Amino acid sequence: MLKALKLEPEKCTGCLQCEMACSYENTGAFNPAKSRIKVFTFHEEGRFAPYTCTQCDEAWCMHACPVEAIVVDMATGAKNVLEDVCVGCKVCTIACPFGTVNYEADSGKVIKCDLCGGDPWCAKACPTGAITYVDASETGMERMRSWAQQSPDAAPPRTNPPREKPLNVYLSGQGGM
Amino acid sequence: MAWTGNVLRVNLTDGKVSKEPLNMEWARQYLGQRGLASKYLVEEIDPKVDALSPENKLIMTTGPLTGTMASTGGRYSVVTKSPLTGAIACSNSGGFIGAEIKNAGWDMIIFEGKSPTPVYLYLENETAELRSAEHLWGKSVWEADKLIHNELQDPQVRISCVGRAAEHGALYAAVVNDLHRAAGRSGVGTVMASKNLKAVAVRGTKGVGNIKDPIRFLQETEKRKQVLQQNPVTGQGMATYGTQVLMNVINELGALPTRNMREVQFEGAHKISGEAMHEPRPTDGKPNLTTNAACFGCTIACGRISTVDKGHFTVKNKPEYWHASGGLEYEAAWALGTDTGVDDLDCLTYVNFLCNEDGVDPISFGSTVAAAMELYGMGVITKEHTGGVELKFGSAEALSWAAEVTMKGEGFGKDLGLGSKRLCEKYGHPELSMTVKGQEFPAYDPRGIQGMGLAYATSNRGACHLRGYTVSSEVLGIPEKTDPHSTEGKPELTKAFQDATAVVDSAGICVFTTFAWTLDDIAPQIDAACEGDWSTEYLLEVGERIWNLERDFNLRAGLTAKDDTLPTRLLKEAANVGPAKGSVNRLDEMLPKYYALRGWTPTGELTPETRQRLGL
Amino acid sequence: MKHVIVGAGPAGVVAAEHLRKYDPQSDVVLLSGEPEPPYSRMAIPYLLIDQIGEEGTYLRKGQDHFQSNGIEVRTDAWVEKVDPGARQLELRGGERMDYDRLLLATGARPLIPPIPGMDRDGVHTCWTLEDARRIVSRAEPGAHVVLIGAGFIGCIILESLALRKTRLTVVEQQNRMVPRMMDDTAGGLIKRWCESKGVTVHTSTKVEAVDAGNGEHPLSVKLDHGDPVPADLVIVAVGVQSNTEFLDGTGVKLDQGVLVDRHLRSSVDGIYAAGDVAQGLDFSTGEFSVHAVQPTAADHGRIAASNMAGRTQQFRGSVNMNVLDTLGLISSSFGLWMGVDGGDSVELHEPDRFRYLKLQFQDDVLVGASALGLTEHVGVIRGLIQSRVRLGGWKEKLKDDPTRIMEAYLARTQAIGHNASVLS
Repeated sequence: MLKALKLEPEKCTGCLQCEMACSYENTGAFNPAKSRIKVFTFHEEGRFAPYTCTQCDEAWCMHACPVEAIVVDMATGAKNVLEDVCVGCKVCTIACPFGTVNYEADSGKVIKCDLCGGDPWCAKACPTGAITYVDASETGMERMRSWAQQSPDAAPPRTNPPREKPLNVYLSGQGGM
Repeated sequence: MAWTGNVLRVNLTDGKVSKEPLNMEWARQYLGQRGLASKYLVEEIDPKVDALSPENKLIMTTGPLTGTMASTGGRYSVVTKSPLTGAIACSNSGGFIGAEIKNAGWDMIIFEGKSPTPVYLYLENETAELRSAEHLWGKSVWEADKLIHNELQDPQVRISCVGRAAEHGALYAAVVNDLHRAAGRSGVGTVMASKNLKAVAVRGTKGVGNIKDPIRFLQETEKRKQVLQQNPVTGQGMATYGTQVLMNVINELGALPTRNMREVQFEGAHKISGEAMHEPRPTDGKPNLTTNAACFGCTIACGRISTVDKGHFTVKNKPEYWHASGGLEYEAAWALGTDTGVDDLDCLTYVNFLCNEDGVDPISFGSTVAAAMELYGMGVITKEHTGGVELKFGSAEALSWAAEVTMKGEGFGKDLGLGSKRLCEKYGHPELSMTVKGQEFPAYDPRGIQGMGLAYATSNRGACHLRGYTVSSEVLGIPEKTDPHSTEGKPELTKAFQDATAVVDSAGICVFTTFAWTLDDIAPQIDAACEGDWSTEYLLEVGERIWNLERDFNLRAGLTAKDDTLPTRLLKEAANVGPAKGSVNRLDEMLPKYYALRGWTPTGELTPETRQRLGL
Repeated sequence: MKHVIVGAGPAGVVAAEHLRKYDPQSDVVLLSGEPEPPYSRMAIPYLLIDQIGEEGTYLRKGQDHFQSNGIEVRTDAWVEKVDPGARQLELRGGERMDYDRLLLATGARPLIPPIPGMDRDGVHTCWTLEDARRIVSRAEPGAHVVLIGAGFIGCIILESLALRKTRLTVVEQQNRMVPRMMDDTAGGLIKRWCESKGVTVHTSTKVEAVDAGNGEHPLSVKLDHGDPVPADLVIVAVGVQSNTEFLDGTGVKLDQGVLVDRHLRSSVDGIYAAGDVAQGLDFSTGEFSVHAVQPTAADHGRIAASNMAGRTQQFRGSVNMNVLDTLGLISSSFGLWMGVDGGDSVELHEPDRFRYLKLQFQDDVLVGASALGLTEHVGVIRGLIQSRVRLGGWKEKLKDDPTRIMEAYLARTQAIGHNASVLS
């Protein structure tokens, strides 16, 4: 059963731990600017929305790549950028209608979420359970439902305390600096 | 290393910016942020300078954990000499700009001199540029924030900004960042505006790397996040009610200063409490609170995001206030509400919006209004001064009017901008000013919590709860319960809290972690991140060094032991109700012991031995 | 069933692979007119700077990719004629080949303007790997290079030429750089950017001839005003034309390219077209245009394959879009970037930082955009255009600050991240 990232904006507090975890895993530094997951803040509505690639079936980015630098990871279903093949032409960045493939001038390559090979750090780092890694079939419907519930006039305030997590969540981590 | 090792120096007089290496020897002695920037300030300015002169400097500074995955690791501070107190000022703020400065590759930014015309600093990694702010002058923080974002075409730029109150010289103006976070106390915003510096806009994409032992750092920080999660205050209470969890608790304790501290309990406390913020309003059926929100890297998320009833008199025809924004924290709810006797939650929220929008410290503002209300009640301040407004305790209309004129610097708002001390002096009643060293009190009455009296009297930046929060022990039992009505052990307690807080404020993390963390939780995180050995013992020494450095600056600035005191009201007028009924604060029982513990002379000066021991 | 695909660019390759998936029993033959395995012209600029080798340009990297997928690739197979009646092709050399379904994916070739001297030694187009090899051999450090045409292709090879440390002069007939992708403001910024990097740019300038040079430089480029420019190498990039000559007499309707319907069918039964040669439905205008970009080629290839395999699928039209890196300045344009009658727009322009963003609206729907210096979440502009999301109150917010496109998209499409169906 493939797993997917489940994003629940109504549980997000906007702390950006996910962005730090993502950038650390991918670059070896805490650097939200290089994160493949982004939290958008809707200040006037008091909402936060974590957002990243959904590894969509259509994979516009993958089909748009002129040099086959984006490939499917059979184990996770992730569409991965092969850094040594990517020439940095940026066509995938305009092809992805969700805006989740970004060009990075420093490296001259594009970056996108690769689900950390099946152990996504953003989900590990999220203190409130707004980002979880679950069976793919679970994500779609629940997301629709949760959005339907959070109309702007929703009655009770949302307060999101941190949730319990297994200790030593990063023990398996191999990030190097 | 966790530090970036880079200091940005901005000379506003000649418009030159330069890069210099961080003094790592000082970093070893003062850690970062509050401690390290204070060291720079002490070395670079004459303590006697006029705080609003070009000779004063203003430092925006981060700590080694700022911008890292350590929980709450997003703090920054603004350090300068205060125009309100004449003492050293260090105001700490969360939000996101601290981490952004760090991500841009800088530990601190030192502003010196004064720009001939209004400017703002745009900092993008290695590029630092002073840009004209002529078009931003006269604009609120919220307006300027929007204009700068539009101008820079980057929604991810983080902005610290001063509002109109600072421009008009209100002495307790704040530096507001990320729209509703603030380096709030001691008038640091007033200093910034005096330099013609409207804002600092930062975009950093370099990241924070160079952690000494990254795997250990991830493990240590995760372990401590779990400590926060499992603690009832930081794991549940703060997310649900924010700091406002305290309103009812402190009221019941009889330590909630009310109506300019004449009383110690407020009959309307429950209407403006954290619990009340959850209740649907009878008018529109919606609660005041919209959501909780976190600052950068924070796993507590105590921040309040609130919405005012569109039909409320304060915002009725002002759609610009109909959206959600930063809501009431405990101190603001107390100062704007309890201390003025106003129990209208939406009014307080509106005034809190104004404090964010135009950048003033709501504690000082609320207390100043409270003093003015008392003077009005006495007939000293009259309708002639206020232009017809009845400035009575309990009047929501008067409070919102006071806020509006203070932000704009109009009429009586000019007087309110002076702060409580100068206002009361101006009207001939200095004894009614509830201040220490010119700074207004926060929300804990030292008649009901004895230790706080000592903490206020000796705080290096004037009356403040964030320089030694003995409430933790005296009320919440953290780390262990002490009797709030006793002075026994309070000098020791105060010193320990003061030194530990200096460490927290210098590390890049939030003092609210200490509801759950002790220095034993913090030391391993610093040690995993920073070069060198950082044991709890060594950190305590660092904290004590910082405290004494600040003290020494203040003494050289002209403050003396005489300034280590409380208003007569708290020392002579006993609490009228509640558990502390009949009590005054017994500062005289604590102060001499405290001086001795600190290694100071009976007149509160550092002894040569103390200087030597701490390397000062 | 035998599917024959003429042309081994991205449209042809994507179609071949999808045909294999949709119609496993069929024969799939992919004809390439060039000697190399299927490669991407998009990658040529990176070959020019030695960032990649020739293999790096190949569309599929596995050596036996096509073979193991049961796709027969024939290189150097140039189609001379098509006989729709007999459902036969004639290849150069006389060989005839049967087909049941034919996909035309022959792309385009560079236009050679009617200027004297285009046939001189040292005058090249930049289109094929063979062109690239020739350019590499001439573009030595210090060589004087004149680029005729500052369109998309001209700009994209600018960087390679600059990185090869040549002395560059660009001549563009129109009044700005990248005139088909950028407006005056943005095109002007790109020009100033190029000049700041040491490139000489002549806009509103015509090349009258490429003459023989004297002494040091073998060529001399004569302009309609100003001094002639000495050159060691002249690169011609003034535009392209579709490769359709071999269709003469077939009855396939042509305009700018092969006219295709919503199923990518040409006017002749059994013949489809995809990619740069196809004049397909334009999502924005409802008319038919050539959108010579890889995402359109891939969409065309996929949908043509589906229809060829008997799985009827309608094409919803392509959004004209492009992204370009001119010496490190990144520009992009989407949809109706010039705006529409009765529509309105918002513009952010910061010349000092070479940043520009213009959004075009019709009512409260985004219909086009052009941007300079924007690389974060830029694809969401496509998403906003193609999903025709009604912006509601967010239009006003975008007019205040157009950089908030990503927030606008998130706020207006409810199921964050799971709205893929809106687009397909």
